[in-house]
Amino acid sequence: MKFGIVVFPGSNCDEDAFHAAKEVFGQEAEYLWHKDADLKGADVVILPGGFAHGDYLRTGAMARFSPIMNPVRAFAERGGPVLGICNGFQILLEAGLLPGAMLRNKGLQYRCEHVHIRVEQTDTPFTSGASAGTVLRIPIGHGEGNYFAPPDVLQQLEASRQVVFRYTDAQGRIDEAANPNGSVNAIAGICSQQRNVVGMMPHPERACEALLGGVDGCAIFASVLRWVGSPLKV
Amino acid sequence: MIDSQALERHGLKPDEYERIVRFMGREPNLTELGIFSVMWSEHCSYKSSRVHLKTLPTDGPQVLQGPGENAGAVDIGDVLAAVFKIESHNHPSFIEPYQGAATGVGGIIRDIFTMGARPIALLNSLRFGALDAPGTRRLLEGVVAGIAGYGNSIGIPTVGGEIAFEPSYAGNPLVNVFCLGIARASDIVKGVASGVGNSVYYVGAKTGRDGIHGATMASAEFDEKSAEKRPAVQVGDPFMEKLLLEACLEVMQTDALVGIQDMGAAGLTCSTTEMGSRGGAGVELDVALVPQRETGMTPYEIMLSESQERMLLVAKPGREHEVERIFEKWDLHAVRIGRVTDDGMLRVKENGKVVAEIPNRALTDEAPLYRRPMTEPPYLREAQALDVDALEKNPYFGAKSDAAENAHGPVLLALLASPTIASKRWVYRQYDHMVRTNTINLPGMGAGVVRIKGTDRALAMSVDGNGRYCYLDPYRGAMLAVAEAARNVACSGARPLAATNCLNFGNPERPAIMWQFAKAVEGMGAACRALDVPITGGNVSLYNETDGNAVYPTPTIGVVGLLEHADRVVGRRFQESGDAIILLGEGLGELGGSEYLKMVHDLVRGLPPALDLNAERALQQLLVALAGERLMRSAHDCSEGGLAVALAECCFETVGVGAEVSIGAAAVAHDARLNRAAALFGESASRVVISVVPADVTRVLEQASAAGVPARLIGQTGGNRLRIAVGGEMAVDTAVTEAERAWSTAIEQYFAKRVA
Repeated sequence: MKFGIVVFPGSNCDEDAFHAAKEVFGQEAEYLWHKDADLKGADVVILPGGFAHGDYLRTGAMARFSPIMNPVRAFAERGGPVLGICNGFQILLEAGLLPGAMLRNKGLQYRCEHVHIRVEQTDTPFTSGASAGTVLRIPIGHGEGNYFAPPDVLQQLEASRQVVFRYTDAQGRIDEAANPNGSVNAIAGICSQQRNVVGMMPHPERACEALLGGVDGCAIFASVLRWVGSPLKV
Repeated sequence: MIDSQALERHGLKPDEYERIVRFMGREPNLTELGIFSVMWSEHCSYKSSRVHLKTLPTDGPQVLQGPGENAGAVDIGDVLAAVFKIESHNHPSFIEPYQGAATGVGGIIRDIFTMGARPIALLNSLRFGALDAPGTRRLLEGVVAGIAGYGNSIGIPTVGGEIAFEPSYAGNPLVNVFCLGIARASDIVKGVASGVGNSVYYVGAKTGRDGIHGATMASAEFDEKSAEKRPAVQVGDPFMEKLLLEACLEVMQTDALVGIQDMGAAGLTCSTTEMGSRGGAGVELDVALVPQRETGMTPYEIMLSESQERMLLVAKPGREHEVERIFEKWDLHAVRIGRVTDDGMLRVKENGKVVAEIPNRALTDEAPLYRRPMTEPPYLREAQALDVDALEKNPYFGAKSDAAENAHGPVLLALLASPTIASKRWVYRQYDHMVRTNTINLPGMGAGVVRIKGTDRALAMSVDGNGRYCYLDPYRGAMLAVAEAARNVACSGARPLAATNCLNFGNPERPAIMWQFAKAVEGMGAACRALDVPITGGNVSLYNETDGNAVYPTPTIGVVGLLEHADRVVGRRFQESGDAIILLGEGLGELGGSEYLKMVHDLVRGLPPALDLNAERALQQLLVALAGERLMRSAHDCSEGGLAVALAECCFETVGVGAEVSIGAAAVAHDARLNRAAALFGESASRVVISVVPADVTRVLEQASAAGVPARLIGQTGGNRLRIAVGGEMAVDTAVTEAERAWSTAIEQYFAKRVA
């Protein structure tokens, strides 16, 4: 299967996502330049981390106007799997493909460290291979990852089981100290109502090789391979 | 027209002005004077340091590019080159910590990609006043946030570094930043302008009035009026730099460039002059064509602006459109501002009218060169004298408790909590250290190590320096800095290849400072020669003083090493219970200049530890060999706080693997307790704690013996306590969790009240 990795001028995790798809999982992968309006036949689209247009205004605020976002939106509406990682997640929020918004981290500092997240839902393309309740150890790296949604939106999110990942401790318990950025309801990742669009702050592409200190991120990639029905070519 | 006040404002001495007039055959106009002032500033001309720097070793079969270009380069196999350099941004960071540090990172990144290399790792070496002193936290927070803000945005991981706190840096913090990139060895690009008539392009951010005279500012001391110099600090735009980085690397793929140079210190002036002089050509430009952010800028201001994120490049004839098209793709506009000439002149026009005309040679080769007078500093002899026996009179010496059991435990905990030794997690978790998915030795684990995708290899890098040692003996202190950086690299299993230096000193016009500088360079050269790590580039930062108080002489050194097999990387932490702990090297109980002496006895005295360069070399070679054969499970060098601190750090972040160790007491004092303290906390050089699977102990000891490296089995890992017997007395017996809490929370506690 083919991964399409969107490249905004300020993307900086595009090569990492590409590497994971191509070198670790042996799949086809292609960069999709933000000024193009063609997904080049991708079976899954990744919006990678970075700071798309400098993000001096608000993370992801300008990226939603990039030409590539039109086919991404159409692809999502057709049910195609779309994963936004970190800045990609922020862009999905700004583009209205996912509900809510990001605030500065509590404590106001950028945080780069390994965190634990619990898989809450397994009926999305990116968690279909995991079991509910599984705790994954995956790094974060962001300054604006404090997920926020107004109470009614939040209630709707929870009611329709759209919270895909929550920050927990290593045992899977929700704990203030284990929430690295102050996200409401310890939300680390959510999906769309159709469940095919997933946004997450942690970086699964940074946890796909033992040499890098962990392989828990593989669950996300393996899930989407399974979901699209492509055999693992490792 | 040029009066003495104008000269003083430009930081030029009367005899320097006479030199300008002599060379020009006329009085310079104000624009020309400005150009001379920045090119002849200490920062750009190295006029005080050059005679000494020439003595450093810069050659070796591994060296592809030595000093003189934007960065050095070494061969790392697989037709690849590692391109790296360290640079200071001390003065701007003191005036405006966030932007000063951020633009320091921006500048060093540009130096690397200007060479055609993709930057893949950053390090930094920072010095501040005491953490509890007024102002330090504001500076630390600002500098760390600035480094993070720039590096994180552009997506280059900060994979390591070091920070020390000493009162001598209170009025003048040091911010040294290191960047490393990878290029195909055959594709290294140089900063040359050649080919008469070739187009000279300007690309990147527009020119504003920011940073005018930054280089001159960095060549003067500070006083209470320094805050007024804030306009001389530039503002960074990491997004613009990201665009430049990607666009420049893409252009370089095309072979359409003759040369490229970033505009750093002294901006357009320095880049045009250096490119012309390297290519044996001249450059003619029209400032009216330079993209400007502000209206009404004069040629003087345009030539001296240090606005960030700007590049100058020379295109091959007929390839201009290709170059322009790539920059357009990245929403950048390459603007033709001039051409290459054959007359060796820097000619500046404004709307076609010549406003400055200076031979390149006058700005570079003819810059003043000083052999400044040197004298041994008056404090030195007195400071070097250390009467160890007199320490007994201090009620806090070595042991705060009379109980024989764990008598030195409280001192160990206090040392672990001293800001210089304590965990720097509060700092490095603000840096994205994992982006690019190459980091295989995370910050805090020893040298930073990044794998090279597409190969089996990895690069290890470490920056080190110890200002206190250099204050007590600059020659030995500089040697120790080289040894430590190379040793850290070797501990990870990598073979040290080459080095880059950043020399932070006070006012060179004072003979005692110049003496420190000369001795440090001498020591650095000796160590680099012995350890075979030639210096491929670097930076000198002088005038690091405020109100006449100079910082400790602080040469920092970055060493880069090569691991043949990335998966054989070795880290600091003990891996499992039941492993043997072996100490490589010999402890002599040397307390001079130690953290122990400073913290417990409030003394900065004595001679820094002795260094036998042959022993150091043998040790490092042994470490690389052991790692290559997968015989070491962990390796950690003994530095500040000595063996006891090193052992404790081996236990930390391991999910609680403790250690039981027994060593002999030192023989440096009459008092037995002091001798135990010296064995625990003395900072003798060339020592590394390694852990080894029991079955491999004999083999490791045999290899050490064959290599001539002293090696002793001192204990084993296991349990959840750190227990160290010294001369048969259980001097330290502490729970690992308790020691780790002291170490890991010390720095955070200073900031705890501010974090919501």
